[in-house]
This record gives sequence, structure tokens and C-alpha cells, in this order.
Amino acid sequence: MVDIKDLEKAAREGKLDRREFIKRAGALGLAAPFATTLLTQAVQAATPKKGGYYKLGYGHGSTTDSLDPSTHENGFMTATVYSYANHLFEVENTGKLVPELAESFEASKDATTWVIKLRKGVEFHNGKSFGADDVIAAINHHRGEDSKSAVKSLLDPVVEMKKTGSHEVTFTLASGNADFPYILSDYHLPILPEKDGRIDWQAGVGTGGYMVEKFDPGVSLKLKRNPNYWKAGRAHFDEAELISLIDVTARQNAVMNEEVHAIDRCDPKTVHLLGRNPKIRILESTGTLHYTMPMRVSQAPFDDYDVRMALKLAVDREQLVKKILLGHGAIGNDHPISTANPYHNGEMPQRAYDPDKARFHIKKAGMENQQIDLSTSDAAFSGAVDAALLVKDSAAKAGININVIREPKDGYWSNVWNKKGWCTCYWGGRPTEDWMFTAAYVAESKWNDTDWRTGPAADRFNELVVAARSELDTAKRREMYHECQQLVNDDGGALVPMFANFIQAINKQVVHADQVAANWDMDGHKSIERWWFA
Amino acid sequence: MHPVVRTVLQRLGLGLVTLFVVSLILFSSIEFLPGDFGEAVLGQAALPETVAAFRKELGLDLPMHERYWQWLKGMLTGDMGNSFSGRGASGQDRSRPVVELLGPRLANTLFLAAMAAVISVPLALFLGITAALYRNSIYDRTVNALTLTTISFPEFFVAYCLILILSSFTKIFPSLANVGPETEFWERVYLTALPALTLTLVIVAHMMRMTRAAIINLMASPYIEMAELKGTPKAEIILRHALPNAWAPIVTVIAFNLAYLVVGVVVVEVVFVYPGVGQLMVDAVTTRDVPVVQGCAMVFAATYILLNLFADIISIITNPRLLHPR
Amino acid sequence: MSTDKPDITPSNEAELADQGFDEKELADQGYSAAAEVGMIKARRTLRENIWRGLKSAPPTALFGLGVITIYVFFALFAPLLAPYGEAEIFDLSYAPWSDEFMFGTDQLGRDILSRLIYGAQNTVGIAFITTLLAFVIGGGLGITAAINNGGWLDNLLSRSVDVLMAIPSLIFALILLSMFGANTLNLIFIIAILDSTRVFRIARAVSLNVVVMDYVEAARLRGEKMFWVLRREILPNIMPPLVAEFGLRFCFVFLTIAALSFLGVGIQPPTADWGSMVRETAGLIQFAEYDITAAMTPMLPAAAIALLTVAVNFVVDWFLHKSSGLKE
Repeated sequence: MVDIKDLEKAAREGKLDRREFIKRAGALGLAAPFATTLLTQAVQAATPKKGGYYKLGYGHGSTTDSLDPSTHENGFMTATVYSYANHLFEVENTGKLVPELAESFEASKDATTWVIKLRKGVEFHNGKSFGADDVIAAINHHRGEDSKSAVKSLLDPVVEMKKTGSHEVTFTLASGNADFPYILSDYHLPILPEKDGRIDWQAGVGTGGYMVEKFDPGVSLKLKRNPNYWKAGRAHFDEAELISLIDVTARQNAVMNEEVHAIDRCDPKTVHLLGRNPKIRILESTGTLHYTMPMRVSQAPFDDYDVRMALKLAVDREQLVKKILLGHGAIGNDHPISTANPYHNGEMPQRAYDPDKARFHIKKAGMENQQIDLSTSDAAFSGAVDAALLVKDSAAKAGININVIREPKDGYWSNVWNKKGWCTCYWGGRPTEDWMFTAAYVAESKWNDTDWRTGPAADRFNELVVAARSELDTAKRREMYHECQQLVNDDGGALVPMFANFIQAINKQVVHADQVAANWDMDGHKSIERWWFA
Repeated sequence: MHPVVRTVLQRLGLGLVTLFVVSLILFSSIEFLPGDFGEAVLGQAALPETVAAFRKELGLDLPMHERYWQWLKGMLTGDMGNSFSGRGASGQDRSRPVVELLGPRLANTLFLAAMAAVISVPLALFLGITAALYRNSIYDRTVNALTLTTISFPEFFVAYCLILILSSFTKIFPSLANVGPETEFWERVYLTALPALTLTLVIVAHMMRMTRAAIINLMASPYIEMAELKGTPKAEIILRHALPNAWAPIVTVIAFNLAYLVVGVVVVEVVFVYPGVGQLMVDAVTTRDVPVVQGCAMVFAATYILLNLFADIISIITNPRLLHPR
Repeated sequence: MSTDKPDITPSNEAELADQGFDEKELADQGYSAAAEVGMIKARRTLRENIWRGLKSAPPTALFGLGVITIYVFFALFAPLLAPYGEAEIFDLSYAPWSDEFMFGTDQLGRDILSRLIYGAQNTVGIAFITTLLAFVIGGGLGITAAINNGGWLDNLLSRSVDVLMAIPSLIFALILLSMFGANTLNLIFIIAILDSTRVFRIARAVSLNVVVMDYVEAARLRGEKMFWVLRREILPNIMPPLVAEFGLRFCFVFLTIAALSFLGVGIQPPTADWGSMVRETAGLIQFAEYDITAAMTPMLPAAAIALLTVAVNFVVDWFLHKSSGLKE
């Protein structure tokens, strides 16, 4: 069954890379990683074989999808845009952020001015040559008063964007942001041909390795190789088809019966059985995707520190990972920063299931055996209802009485999430700490689903996030982010019990580099461009 | 006026009223659902002023009755309006007309419904008649038990079982029925075989049981006894004497199930990834895309009304008392 | 003989009845056709009647009755019969079939056998209440409409039902449940009301044939109250088709609940219901090649539903056969 809210949620994700970027804030930083990329490309180019009709099944896609990049909100459209268009920057399969249509870049010391030099000699599918005007139109598509783009707020800090050469654009930011190029790799910002100051997205024309043959929203996308693709060692298939297969059983059947070559989002509960199929290989990657149970600290009883602490201690994380993810994931420590992020705080002690301590806190709050509602729906994540039942079970042993309410899937994200006191939720995560915290934890964020905005700990947290954003000293920045994680873990309303893996099933005929990108499923949604047939 | 003509006209008139009320009910219930298209599509990302601007562009800021009146005016002039989706940023309007969205999917839905009907209706009639003929025999009991078993399974379960047997094990049919407008007829038949078979298993029991019951109901009638006493063969009694009088209830049930084939196949569409109208409507309800919901609802309601009308006409034609009233 | 009716020729049964019986006596007895027919039967005790009925029942009906009895037994005594609790979670999820867990455990480590037994209580209970409610509403209004044939009430009811039936019911149920909240009570009411439209159609159609019968007119002319006529004259005569419909409707409720849980608005967890149990584990079927017992997991609740459906309808068939007057 299609679940638009699920997709809507996906729109908020912009996870691109896990690597530390600050090192390369200056132009000098480019040399090393870019060279590595060129090297990997060269190595891979020797082995891949050209040809074949690649079919890919995705657990996303909706009849309301459109090629307008400002409306993209699900994995299907992300994979679409990554196949026919390019961005200024891209996250490589190694996880490094590298220039794509950009050639090089330079940032001012305070990280407010960014001069980006563009690649020359690149052509769009319709023969138009690529230049600075296309970049400006593509970014402007999301800016302005009447913009309804999902990334409008991300681009708000851009105060000025100037063409400083036929192949050079200069961005000026309101405040320093060392992570700016990450934003430019967001899937909402493909570079499309400019026409009268606007991008012409209707035709589905880009600079990418594939040309759109037919796009049927919510059904399929047919692609044909772009013979003039500028990027070496990429786009190996002659033709490719992306099919929307929402039902997980249908998806798994399709790959088992060899009707598609690869699928995303396998059911962790049955993946051990799926792996027994001799034609299939299971590909897993650990990323920043995490499942949460946000408590709104502005609502009773979650305004009480002891209630929050009691619930955090009453969750059996090991059991959740074992039964909800069947081991395909890792336990979380009540903050959203994954081990894949650059400044993960590994020194902080892991919170464990401790019914005695939980009982102590709940008694202190005077809430023993009183009913606490937990709203849930499988719209939050697959197995969310079961997860809530497990929490109910483990909390009962600490004298905490949780009442699980299954809410309708329809409207879950507008009526329950960010409204009810305690619910289940998921976050795709973000490649950088700043992005993650800004999206869901700082006081001014609308998606602050824990409503953790005031109090000494929250104030300190908000100060730190702002300071760390333009801090160029890695060691200092690390310290700041570590403290942020500590604050969220202790005082915040976030209950983050687990990080989930991406699980994909791939036909053994399909080959990919040893390392696949972990920023999204399917090699960062770029399998069409990167993979090939054996 | 001829009774058939009169019924047709009367029913069509009533049908229009029904369509009107259906549209009113759906329009207002979506109104009562929390959230609107602006919120649903822009997501929580959107700033309040962005949502407000978008609402204004869609006309969602107007009072409900005005929006309904506009929709109705369009409808009366044959314009189903434009879908809310596809209205991009920066004021570019690339939304698609509802007709354009609905058309190809409706064709797919009707094709699948026709396939299922072509298999299931003759099958149900055959099974029903033979079961009535050999009633209470082992054959009758087996057919009954089997068909009851298939309808008591949820549709997705039947679908998964068929996929396992006919697609995974034997590779006779594909498990994906992703047809496109350019798919050729026989290719289409091949691709839709499994969904059609699933629907057949789901609906055949209801029709078969009604056929059997309607015939058996007549078997105690004096004229049938008379025929029996005359020594008319059993098969002939059923086909020539009982069946003509049993058409009315049978056709009603068939019409009901055919309407179901058009209206209620969302689950089968999802499992077989078949681009039909059901999926479109569920998507439209979740995004509160009112013009598309209304468009789908009108098509469904019209189908239902026409099929019922058809059933009534058959009832009248097969019943001389109604055909030639005093 | 009533004096205000000078017509000597008895033109209808009312007249005949008047000739045969004293009016006062009739009113006291609460005369009805069914009662008169039943007079012979009534001489036997209830137990004798049941025994005679069972002895003449075909094996299929006996089978059906047996299955239903077992289900009811399990539903009533679920807490005593289930080896473990309905929501009791064990450490091992997807445990294989063993002595400890007869049918293994589910994704959370709950005993599947226990959930099947509790499922009988919840699913059969909810389905029964829902269907009963649908028949009370639909049947009552259907007969009322038939008595009022052609009147404003009949028109109002019939047209309203037409409208409700023209809206795809699954989607309508989804909208209503999202609107009113997806709790069990709302679920029962909404499914019952949507289902009652189908019952209304059938009840009205068969009642129309009955209300024009002479004995109904007779009762009316006697000045019987509407409700009395409905209960004593019409209802007994339209029972067979309604009962047949009941058998199927009852089973469709399971499927509606299963489909709604497919859309995320079924019965509240951790309550066990068979429809949701099938949905939760249906995906395992595709792995029959690799793990046959795992693939059997969804078969158990599905078979529980199927067995009940077959059993109920076998009993219904027997009832239909008896009331059809066919002697074979």
C-alpha cells in the first residue's frame, strides 16, 4: 500500500556523506580526495562491461510524483534525478564528497563566500552546453518568496548568487557554513538546462548518464544510455528501468523470479530466507537511518526529567535490534549522531536496559503504574507497532504502564508525529552533525519533534550548534559536537533505541565496486550509473 | 412507455442524483479529515506562509461550498478539473488534468475487470448449475467447500499463493503485471493472467452459490415437479425451466461482483504492481487531492449504477410479468 | 363476523380467518402462521426437536456444527486453553515448531498457538457482533421499507443505501476510521453500517414479495401493530435468504478487517485477530522453497478463517435445504 507520509518524511532527508568535510573547506583540500576518486574510477573503468537492460525495483514512488526537482520527496525520484542529471557535488561510493559538475571551489576563511568553478565542455541531452546560467536557474528554482521547495529553508542562508564568469558562480552566505558543498549535493538541486532564467524541467533533460525515455509517475521510469556522457567509467548499462514496487512481498518476489535485478528495502524479518535463493546476493550497509520515539518535553508527563530518564532506561535496546531489525542494525544511545558521522561521540557510556534504575526514576516522578500513552503506526517504520509493544513489555518490568495506541497510517505525519506527547518516528539522518541538529533539535526548527527548546541544557545546546557551524578548528568542533550529543542524550526528549541498516537484494549477474555508498540505499541511489553486468 | 425504457430513464435520473450526493459526501468527508493537500505535499518542511500561499494558489482558501460549486460547475460542463499535484515551485503550473491521469488507468482497470469477468462468470454459472443438478452429491459438496475456502482467504493471501505456484515454482506467468499503454493485447492478457485469476478465485464463490441457491429454490415449484413427472431429463429441467426464472437474483449478484472488480481491487493492484484506478484513489485520498478523489469516485459510482441498471434490465426481460405488466 | 363488512364472499384470508376464529381469542393467542405450523412440533420437547434435527442432518451439517461448537468453546475459554498469554513475549522470535511452542513463535516471540486461540475470541466475537448489528440495522430498515413500499420512507432509505453502496466501501471505511479514530468500537459500527446496506437490499427485495401476501394484509386489517406484523408475519418468511446472506457476510467481516489492517486501521494491537495475523506473516509464503514450516505460518490463521467459513455455510446450506421444502 502506498504511504505518502512515509515519502513525505523522506523529503526531509538530505543525507549525503558521512565523511568529515571541514578538512577540505579550502580549495587545497580538493586535491587528495578528488585524486582518489579519479583513481577509483580508473580502476573500475578497466573491469566494467558495457551493455544490458538493467531493471531495478524500488519500494517508493507515488502517482503524485513529478519531474520538478522541488517536489522530489522519495527514493524513486532521488534515483531518477541521479540517473538523468548531475549535481555540483556528489557523494562517491567511497563516501567522499567530490565535485561533479563543479570542477573546483574556493571558500573564504569565515566560510561565507564560496567561489565555484564549473566543468567545461559538458552538454545537456538536448545539445545545449552547460554553464553558469544553468546553475543559477537551478538554485533559484528553490528560492524566492513563493517557493514551495523542500529545500527552501536549506538555501535561506544564501544571500547572493553571482555569475562571475561563463563557468564560475560565487555564493555569499549570511553566516559561515563549512558544510555548504554538502548542501549543493542534495538531490533536490540537479542542474537542469536554463530557459528564460528558469530551469526547463518538464522535458526531463539533464547532463546525466541516461536520457529519460518514458516517465510514468508511480509506475516506472525507462532510461537509455547517453552516448555523450562526460563522466568516464560510469553509465554502463545500455538501458535501464526503474519500477515502483511498493509491496515488500511483491518486490522480493520480483527479484527472486528474476523479473528485476535489484531491489531496495528488504524485510529484515525474512532476509535470511531471501538470502538462500541461489541467484541473489544480500547487500547491507550501515548508515545514519535511525528509529526514534520522541517525547515532547513540553507536554506532561514528559516535562519531568525523571519520567524521560525512566523511559529511556526502560527500553531494552538489544531486544529491539534483535526482534525488530533481526540484528540488521545497531543500538542507539539517545542522540541522532551515528557512527557514520564524523564527530560521533564514542566515549559516552552506552545507555542500557536497567529496570531497577527506571523504577527509581518513575517512583521519583510519582508516576509508578500510571498509564503513559505511546502512539504508533507502521507508517513510522516497518515494525513500529511491534517495537512499541516490546517497549511496553520491557517497561512493565520496571513498574511503568505504557498504553500502546495504533494510529491510522493515513495522516500519521500530520496528526500524530510532532503533536502527540510520545510516538514512534524515523529519521534518515544527515551526513553532518550540523545538518542533523539544525533539522530536528535546535530551538527554531519546526521539526523539533521533542519540543526541547528551553531550559539550561537546551540553551547550552543551541549555543554550541551555532558556534560549531563556522568553527574551522577540527578539534574544537569535535569537542562541541560531543557535548551536544551528551546534552541530547541526558536531558533531551529523544529516545533513539536503534540505527537500521539498508538491506538490498541483488541478482548475482550485477556487479558493483567493493565499497558502496552508505548515504542512501542502492549505492547512494546511483546504482544505475555505477553498476554493471558481469 | 415500454417498461424497460421507463426503468432505464428512471434509473439514469436517479443515478445522476446519486452521483451528486456521492460527490457531496466525499467532498465533505475529505474536508473533515485533518490536513489538506498543501500540508500533505509540502510536508512539515513548509513554513506556514508557504502553505498559505500554496493553498491560495489551489483555491483551498475559499470556503468549502464555493470550492464545491466550482468543481460542480466544471463537472457539469464535462471538465473534471486538474489534479492538485504537479504544481511546482516558482508558480509554474504543470498539473495534469484529472481525465489524463484517470484515462489510462481506467482502461487498465477495465481490462483487468473484463479478464476476470470473462473467466469467472461462465465458471460460476457452470459450477452453480452443475452443483444444483447434482445437489448434495460429493461433487456439490466439494465445489462448495473449495469455493468457500477461496473466498475466505484474504485477497493478498490468494495472490501470494498463486505467485508461489504459478510464478516461482513453474514460471508459467510473471509475478509483475506492469502493463503500459503500448503493451500489445496478447502480451497484456499474459501479464494480467495472475491478477485476473486471483480476482476470479475471490468472487466466483459468491456468484456460484447464488446460482445454485436460486435454482434449488425453484426446484420445489409445482411447474418443476410437473416437468419432473413428465419425465423431462434433469439437465433440461434446470436449463429450460428453472434457469430462466432464476436469472434475476443471479444477475444481481453478478452485477454486484462486477462492480467489485472495478471498484475494490486496490489490494490486488498493489501486490501485482498493476497501474489501476484503485491505487490512484488511495494515493489521492492520502494526499487529499480532492479533484482526483472526486474523479475516481464518480467513475466508480457510475460503474456501480450502470451495472445495477443492467441487472435490473435483465431481470425485467427475463420476467414476463414485469415485461408485460397489466 | 364483522358487521361493517357486508360482503358475503370471503375474498381473502382475513375473511376466512374471521369466519374460523373468534376475534378476541385470536388477539389473545397472538396468532401467526408460523405458530400454527409450529403447533405440531411444539408437542415435542426442545431436546427431542434438536435430537431429531441432528439425526436427520447430513454429515456436512454435522461437521459444520461440530466445528462451530469447537470454535465457540475455544472463544469462551481462551484464557484457560491457551498455553501462554495473548501478548506474552518470549526471547526467541520465529522459534520453530516444538513441544514448547506447538506452532512456533511469531516475529516478536509470541506463541502462535496461544494467539490463534485468543484470535478465536477476538475475531469471531467481533465478526459476530458486527454481522449481527448489520443485520439488525439492514434487516429492520429493509423490512420497514418494504412495508412502506413506494412511500417516502422507502424512497428515502432506498436512495440513501444506493448512495452508500456507490462509494467504494474500503476507501469509505478508511476515511471514516481516519475521521473518528480507529478503535474497535468504531470499527464495529462502521463495518456494520457499510455492511448493512447490502443486507438492506436483500431484506427489502425478499420482503416485497412477502408483504403483498394475503396473510400479511390480513394481519394488518386485523389492526395489528407494525412491529408485530414485522416480527410474526414477515420475518419468519424471509429468514432463509437472510440466513444464507448471514453466512457469507459473517466471513466477509474477517476479510474487511484484514484489508483494513493492510491499510493500518484494524484492531488495536496486541489483540490477536486472524486477519492481521495472516497479513503480518503472509510474506513468508514466498519462501516455501527454503523453509516450509515458516511458509506454513500464515496458513494457520488463514485456515482457521477458511474452516469457519466452510462450517458456517454448511450449516446454512442445511437450513436452506430444510426450509426449501425439498425432500431429498
